Amino acid sequence: MDHHFFGNIGIFHYLIVSSLLFTLGICGIFLNRKNIITILMSIELILLSVNINFVAFSVKLGDLTGQIFAMFVLTVAAAEAAIGLAILVIYFRNRGSIAIEDVNLMKG
Amino acid sequence: MSMPEILATIIFYLFSAVTIFSAAMVISSKNPVHSVFFLILAFFNSAGLMLLLGAEFIAMILVIVYVGAVAVLFLFVVMMLDIDFAELRQGFLKYLPVGAGVAAMIFLELLLVFYLSLTEPNALAPIRQPTPDVADVTNTQAIGDVLYTWYIYPFQMAGIILLIAMIGAITLTLRSRPNVRKQKISAQLARTAKDGMEIVKVKSGEGIA
Repeated sequence: MDHHFFGNIGIFHYLIVSSLLFTLGICGIFLNRKNIITILMSIELILLSVNINFVAFSVKLGDLTGQIFAMFVLTVAAAEAAIGLAILVIYFRNRGSIAIEDVNLMKG
Repeated sequence: MSMPEILATIIFYLFSAVTIFSAAMVISSKNPVHSVFFLILAFFNSAGLMLLLGAEFIAMILVIVYVGAVAVLFLFVVMMLDIDFAELRQGFLKYLPVGAGVAAMIFLELLLVFYLSLTEPNALAPIRQPTPDVADVTNTQAIGDVLYTWYIYPFQMAGIILLIAMIGAITLTLRSRPNVRKQKISAQLARTAKDGMEIVKVKSGEGIA
């Protein structure tokens, strides 16, 4: 199996890019504890890094399954963003703020 | 290396650098509107990275779905909500050490896993859907051939997930406000000249009590 996609760029370069993206997404969740919009965007970043991983391995192995599953990840990401933002909108409508520290009404 | 390979390498480093930079700006930018714009930049550049790999269908879908739908949805919500974002940023520096520590740990673990799995010759699973030659079948057609045959049930499930998301978002945000005067078209159409108008003979000096 050829080790490089093109030039000197191989699977490992892509994996480093995607793991950096994943790390930045995790970091974003930690840093923006109060801002739920940025947390949702960090989750989008994490899913994007997963997609890059899927596609890179799909091309490396010559197996289309990775690209198919990247599409399913995309579907879930879109659904998650829609539902998350809808919840955010009604929460803001009821409380007048989106500070997630106040989300303790159910005392769960 | 030939000239196109050098060019592809330069483009790879450009795309990945901009992707990482804009991802960093997404989580650290003061204004969430800027965050959304950097998110769009990150999506575009990752689509470029996938184009370099030859996965052009996923790259275009990424642009259409993420930039065209998800990012615009974020932009819409960020601009619609009237929030003091400076207040929400408090605690950013407080959480920076633990966040950076956890992130560095995860990054190192990921690198370790990748290194170990790529150096292990038997770690890769057998190929299930071999990619046909690009000269014979384009990437889009190859994906369609696999998706609509072997993965038809997952594909249908994806459609159902999107339907549920749509219904969920609508039911969550729908509200019936009682005090709004809406146009009632049926009542307007059912109105006749007889009950819409009344001719009253008014005697002079008495009014219509």
